[in-house]
Amino acid sequence: MSLSAIAQLRRAAFAAALALLAAGPAAAHEFKSGPIEVVHPWARATPPGAKVGGGYAEIRNGGPEPDRLVSATAEVAGRAEIHQMAVKDGVMTMRPAEDGVPVPAGGSAALAPGGYHLMLLELKRPLKAGESFAGTLTFEKAGTIPVTFEVEPIGATGPDHGAGH
Amino acid sequence: MGRGIEMRARILVPVALAVAAILLGAAGFLLVYSKEPAGGRIVTVGAEPGGPFRLTDQTGAVLSDADLKGRPFAVFFGFTHCPEVCPTTLWEMSQALQALGPDADRLRVLFITVDPERDRPETLRDYLQSFDRRITGLTGTPDEIAAVAKSYRVYWRKVPTDDGDYTMDHSAMMYLMDAEGRFVDIIAYGTPEPERLAALRRLLAGA
Repeated sequence: MSLSAIAQLRRAAFAAALALLAAGPAAAHEFKSGPIEVVHPWARATPPGAKVGGGYAEIRNGGPEPDRLVSATAEVAGRAEIHQMAVKDGVMTMRPAEDGVPVPAGGSAALAPGGYHLMLLELKRPLKAGESFAGTLTFEKAGTIPVTFEVEPIGATGPDHGAGH
Repeated sequence: MGRGIEMRARILVPVALAVAAILLGAAGFLLVYSKEPAGGRIVTVGAEPGGPFRLTDQTGAVLSDADLKGRPFAVFFGFTHCPEVCPTTLWEMSQALQALGPDADRLRVLFITVDPERDRPETLRDYLQSFDRRITGLTGTPDEIAAVAKSYRVYWRKVPTDDGDYTMDHSAMMYLMDAEGRFVDIIAYGTPEPERLAALRRLLAGA
C-alpha cells in the first residue's frame, strides 16, 4: 500500500468519523446543555392560513438541581410563548405559563398535547409534515439550547406516531 | 343497643333525606343560575343544545338550520388560532368520515368559529383545506355567533394576552344532532376513536 493510499484512507476514515459525530445527535434527536437534555422537539403540521402552531418536547434533567424552561424561540414564528392548556368540564382553556415549566432535579417535564406547549405565534409559513425548523429553548440555569423541531402530521399526538392510524 | 341504632336510624334517615333534598335543590339552583366569571358569556341552561341559526360558510354562502333539515349533523365550535384542540378535532372528524364510508355522505359536519373577528369565510376556506372537504366552516357577525353559541350552550370567552393579542377559551365537544335538528349526543374531546365512530354510527342509524 502506498503512502498516498494510506493518507487517503485516513482522510476517508476521518471524514466518516466526522459524519458519524455530526449525525449522532441529529439521528437521536436530542439536544443537551449541562444536565438538561431536550428530547425530540416536534411541532404539529398546520392547516393553510393558520397563524399559530404547537411545539412539544420532552425535557430531562440529569442534574441534582431543579431548572426551569423560561423562554423559547422558533425560526418559523414571530414569537414563541410557553402556554399551558387544559380541558376541564369540556372547556378548553389556554394560558401563558407565567412561571415557565419547572424541570425537577433528576426528573423530567413534558411539553405535550393536553398540557404545557410552546405556542408558536405569527407563523411565517405553514408547518409541513416531514420538514424541520430551528429554535431555541432557554433554561434558568442551563442557558439556551439550540434545537431542531421536526414537523409531524396534523393528527399527531406525539413524536413519530405519525397520523396514528 | 339495637333499639338505639333503630332510633338513630329513625332520626338520621329523614335528616339525611332532608339534607339531600336541600343539596339537590341547591345544585339545581346553581345549575340554572350560575353564570360565567366576569367578562365571560352566560351559559344558557335548561333547554337542550341546538336551535335556529343563520351563518356564512367558507364559500360565502348562507347556511341556516333549515338547510340541514332531513340530515343529521355534527357541530363543533372552535377557532383557527388554536394550536391543538381544533386541528385535532377536525382531523379526527376527517378520519371518522373516511371510516364511515358512504354513510358519511348523509352526515353534515359543521365547524363554527367563536372568533368571527379573525375567522372570515376565506380564512376558514384556507384552513379547512387540510381536512375532509365535507366539513363546513361557518362564521358570522359577532351577534350571530353569540346567538348560535348560546343556543348550543357553548362556553366561550375571549382572553386577552399580555402582548395585546388574545386567545379563546371554548367548549371542546362535538354536538351530534338528528335530522330534525334535535340534540342526540356529545362526543367529548379526547374520546377514543372506536367510541367516536360508534356515536356517529348511532346518529346515522337513528336518522
